[in-house]
Amino acid sequence: MSTTHGSTNVHDRAQHALADDFLRQAVHFTTDRLRYKKQAVTGEFGNWEAWRERGRQIRQHTIANLDYYLDLFTRNLEAHGAHVHFAATADDAIHALREIATAQNAKRIVKSKSMVTEEIHVNHHLEEMGIHVVETDLGEYIVQLSGETPSHIIIPAIHKNREQIRDLFEAAGGERLTTETRDLAAFARRTLRRAYLAADIGITGCNFGIAETGSIALFTNEGNADLVMNMPKTHIVFMGMERILPTMEDLEVFAHLLPKSATGQNVITYMSVITGPRRQHEADGARDMHVIILDNGRSRQLGDPDFQAVLHCIRCGACLNVCPVYRQIGGHAYGSVYPGPIGAVLSPLLNNGEQYQDLPYASSLCGACYEACPVKIPLHDMLVRERQRFVASGRVKPAERAAFQAFRQLFGKAGRYQTTIRIARRLQFPIAHDGYIRAKIGPLAGWTMSRDFPVLPKRTFRELWPELTRKGNGRG
Amino acid sequence: MKVSLFITCIVDSVFLNVGISMTRILQACGCEVSFPPQQTCCGQPAFNSGYTDEARDVGKTLLEAFQESDVVVSPSGSCVGMIHHYYPQLFADDPHLHQAAIDLANKTYEFSQFMVQKLQMTDLGARFPHRVTYHPSCHGSRLLGVKDEPMQLLRGVREIELVDLPYATDCCGFGGTFAAKMGEISSAIVEEKAANVADTLAEVLVGTDMGCLMNIGGRLRRTNRPIRVMHLTELLLEGMQLGRGVKA
Repeated sequence: MSTTHGSTNVHDRAQHALADDFLRQAVHFTTDRLRYKKQAVTGEFGNWEAWRERGRQIRQHTIANLDYYLDLFTRNLEAHGAHVHFAATADDAIHALREIATAQNAKRIVKSKSMVTEEIHVNHHLEEMGIHVVETDLGEYIVQLSGETPSHIIIPAIHKNREQIRDLFEAAGGERLTTETRDLAAFARRTLRRAYLAADIGITGCNFGIAETGSIALFTNEGNADLVMNMPKTHIVFMGMERILPTMEDLEVFAHLLPKSATGQNVITYMSVITGPRRQHEADGARDMHVIILDNGRSRQLGDPDFQAVLHCIRCGACLNVCPVYRQIGGHAYGSVYPGPIGAVLSPLLNNGEQYQDLPYASSLCGACYEACPVKIPLHDMLVRERQRFVASGRVKPAERAAFQAFRQLFGKAGRYQTTIRIARRLQFPIAHDGYIRAKIGPLAGWTMSRDFPVLPKRTFRELWPELTRKGNGRG
Repeated sequence: MKVSLFITCIVDSVFLNVGISMTRILQACGCEVSFPPQQTCCGQPAFNSGYTDEARDVGKTLLEAFQESDVVVSPSGSCVGMIHHYYPQLFADDPHLHQAAIDLANKTYEFSQFMVQKLQMTDLGARFPHRVTYHPSCHGSRLLGVKDEPMQLLRGVREIELVDLPYATDCCGFGGTFAAKMGEISSAIVEEKAANVADTLAEVLVGTDMGCLMNIGGRLRRTNRPIRVMHLTELLLEGMQLGRGVKA
């Protein structure tokens, strides 16, 4: 699925990432900046916890009544002249896209950033149809040129440094460039401007669909979505079915929560809200507007008490920026479109098979993701609940199951526990040196590869306890 | 006050001195300390790996051990967090055990939480003339919400030089079975933590959870960084003995 290494499990992919110092430095550098900017901007804004709670309530209410709001949204969209396509699966969404593109006889398409189109591999399918696609978000454009997938929800090219970007641009444009931001941005602007003018269709994502008005709200820092949706004659919006807010007033709350959480910006540079295609008296806008609303495993979470709240996610990426695992391995090592804590939770839920079932284990359960989440999704708890489901459905290794059954037996009674410690104390004898174990043996190997492990001392606390009480109070 | 120790399996079997230190401090503060021997482990290793039945059977040892206790105190924010946040749901299908789980959660405190919130003691008359940095463990600070209490106790120590740990709130990479199961990722995380600890030029790293301290300490030792790793109770008791404040 990912373009990286093709390894089938997160453990192997992580090995590659851990050996890539460029990657890790780039990820450290950018996530640090985003974290500190977020901290500063939310501190200055004030009452951040109250805003988070308000955000959580709005999302909870919306998702709990998603059928109602989706229906309202659709009716309002259609009343404004947009075409709405419900896609139960990725295939259905691609089918709808093909039909629109064929009807328009489209040859060239420009796109602004959209994780949903990554999820269903829109670019791949368009290229198969012989259609030329250009990503217009700068980060997405870089990733497209390098033949990769985004490694961050908000910062697709977070894993690239400016030297690598210059090399990609030089190869694409056949001209010499410096590594100055101004130079690189100017090259992208020149190239992308030609693409906007030549495009038959513009594809955008959707940050929020506003049910009461049938509007699409898009947040960008480059203004590229505005060109994508206004310049070509046809505009296609891809959105996940959960991406709804009831009212414009709710959008105000998320106009605070999203940019502050995502990039530590007080406000987003461009927030555009469009309602339907161009009307007769209007000068700009696409003549046709299609909205493709994707389910693809989302509705399965509705009504599930353990996981419904995953649909509250607004794709801000804040959980990635604080995750100690993401910090070390970056996004591609997750091997799924959605990386980081939200990806580790979401990918196994959206895809029923075993493909992503190792992702929920790629977490220390530190809870930083929950603390960072602007709508308070308990991602750390969800990771445990996913592990519980794997255990319950028998999707775990027999050796692991046996180990925890032994744990249950041996730690289930104090007497057996004490005996276990006594035996372990003797067993450790041959591998213990100077009070520590370094041998890479059995399940200890993951630990001792980088750390010393303390040996069990001669006595347990409980064996010592009678002495502690005999000597009584007041003696240290 | 009558206090029962929930010593945790890691302190019971590996870090005895933490148990001794906590006992001595509580005794010095006038508590009558008991150790109900039925206890083994909170069951978190199994619970976090998705084995709820296994976690429940092990967790029952705590419900049984502390049935008669007024107050339970533990040297681990993580194990106390397990009781507070997960026991009520873990035992939800048995009304009797469910009530016992709620009762246990209501009377169980992490050590610094107990000292500050319940005993309202932050000055133990300790003296500790060393450069010290503090690592706030994730479960204690984020899930249990014990953020400031350890620092209040440390600020009450005379002559201590407290230095901020860079990226203090970042996880150390322990995560229980994560450290072994995802050894390479965990190793990369703990190396960053150990490097940050070393950068403070502190003589002592102090914390409130032995899992995390075993992890960071194991990395410091492997990489020959001579920094002493102490649980908060160990630092305080040593300081009390040096300072001769509260009689300990």
